[in-house]
Amino acid sequence: MDNPAIQARFRLAFPAFTLDVDLSLPGRGVTALFGHSGSGKTTLLRCIAGLEKVPGGFLRMGDETWQEGEAFLPTHRRPLGYVFQEASLFPHLTVKRNLEYGLKRVAASARKVSLEHAVELLGIAHLLDRLPERLSGGEKQRVAIARALAVSPRILLMDEPLAALDLARKREILPYLERLHDELDIPVLYVSHAPDEVAHLADHIVVLDQGRAVAAGPLTDILARLDLPIKLGEDTGVVLDATVAERDEHWHLTRVDFDGGHFWARDAGHAVGQRVRVRVLARDVSIALQHSFNTSILNALPATVEAIADESHPALALLRLRVGASPLVARITRRSVQALELTPGKVVFAQVKAVALVG
Amino acid sequence: MGFADADLAAIWLTLRLATVTTLLLLLIGTPIAWWLARTRSWLKAPLGAVVALPLVLPPTVLGFYLLVAMGPHGPVGQLTQALGLGLLPFTFWGLVVASVFYSMPFVVQPLQNAFEAIGDRPLEAAATLRASPLDTFFSVVLPLARPGFLTASILGFAHTVGEFGVVLMIGGNIPDETRVVSVQIYDHVEALEYAQAHWLSASMVLFSFLVLLALYQFNPTRPRK
Repeated sequence: MDNPAIQARFRLAFPAFTLDVDLSLPGRGVTALFGHSGSGKTTLLRCIAGLEKVPGGFLRMGDETWQEGEAFLPTHRRPLGYVFQEASLFPHLTVKRNLEYGLKRVAASARKVSLEHAVELLGIAHLLDRLPERLSGGEKQRVAIARALAVSPRILLMDEPLAALDLARKREILPYLERLHDELDIPVLYVSHAPDEVAHLADHIVVLDQGRAVAAGPLTDILARLDLPIKLGEDTGVVLDATVAERDEHWHLTRVDFDGGHFWARDAGHAVGQRVRVRVLARDVSIALQHSFNTSILNALPATVEAIADESHPALALLRLRVGASPLVARITRRSVQALELTPGKVVFAQVKAVALVG
Repeated sequence: MGFADADLAAIWLTLRLATVTTLLLLLIGTPIAWWLARTRSWLKAPLGAVVALPLVLPPTVLGFYLLVAMGPHGPVGQLTQALGLGLLPFTFWGLVVASVFYSMPFVVQPLQNAFEAIGDRPLEAAATLRASPLDTFFSVVLPLARPGFLTASILGFAHTVGEFGVVLMIGGNIPDETRVVSVQIYDHVEALEYAQAHWLSASMVLFSFLVLLALYQFNPTRPRK
């Protein structure tokens, strides 16, 4: 079965805002539904799952129509997996029987993900005989993800699966989510308000604001836009695909090559040849007119200024730069913009103080 | 001195009545309680009030209307006659019908509370795991509502055992047919057979205590995580 593309059209009025979207989403990879709380992203996910029934909605999943006119496929007949913000395990069933609950309701011929595989992917083999009340928050959520995978869904819907967890638990689960992304060919719709999670996991992003999709596209392109209607503040920055090219064991540094140059980053244990994502925050990028050798900054890349926009604080400006085929965003003061006479088209050096290898 | 044969017959009849009534009430009360717990209809309040009416009505009022309804000229009476069942008043099954109405709130309300406490989320989770609504009811709702079913059964049974007014109105005082323990005690007192009345009354006190003890034992109000 090929990967379906998703078409979703919903209009639903709430007291505070109106959800009004007409989306065409890719049928592969992780698509983040990103927005502040109250932007309608969870409601949209529930509409796609059929947990909310919106009259007049339209939903097509690949070659199947899930909702159109009066036709409405009820949730239990949609081949999807759903992970709620709270794990929502059945308290009267052990972990194993929670996992089997969905599995045994799927026809044997439709099973593609085995229970063993789901258990192994989420690292929960040692928890199988426990009741949910004896699991930590992070363990519960891992079981909930495995339970959703065990129904061999054609699409996995995740509603802020990490939002109810503390930072340590988030760090515990993120690697498992990255494994899903790398090892399973199941498209994922991932609702989140955390730029960090999106940077780790998403390939595509839909930005929701006040119930409307204000931007949609590949993650790299959208994050490089300076005119996004929702401000990310300190989290403004791009995510680039890169390959580990070299490890400098003496200085504990890793060189990653991307389409346009390379970065040196702190060694995080990645093997040479491994595909990684590099997150470059705008606040870590500064601008010089010449290549400076008297600096502590390791990464200086020739770049072309493409656009300049105001940042929310009046002292600051955002610059979109082009480094080879890749975009970068820099946040500098407006005074520097004037002092360096920066205008679109100008060739500069982007000095990158820090890059993070994510995923 | 102990129970006379008539007393034992009354005890047996009472247990039979309470058992049949409780089983019927679990069958009838479960869908009603489920509907009351889940509906957003405006009918929720009126129907909830109707179910709760026996809590506040004098049993004689309930008994009077049931008597009229099941009598030869009442709608239920005409139906039972047409079906060849005869008339229900002053029969065991007449008592069962009356008891079902009389004990309804004691079964429906604990069930409704238990269903409401489950909330939407387990039902939604089950739906995303391919369980149809009926499947969900049996595989998720029933197990999670088990304490509610236990409470409902015990209260329904005990309350039926404790009936008096409705029995007198509908069933009268027919040995082996409608003469339950509470009526038998009344008869003993009328006949100044205080020793017999003591035996039965003390048994009722003990029975009621044990029932409530079981209720609090099985259903402790412990904090749930």
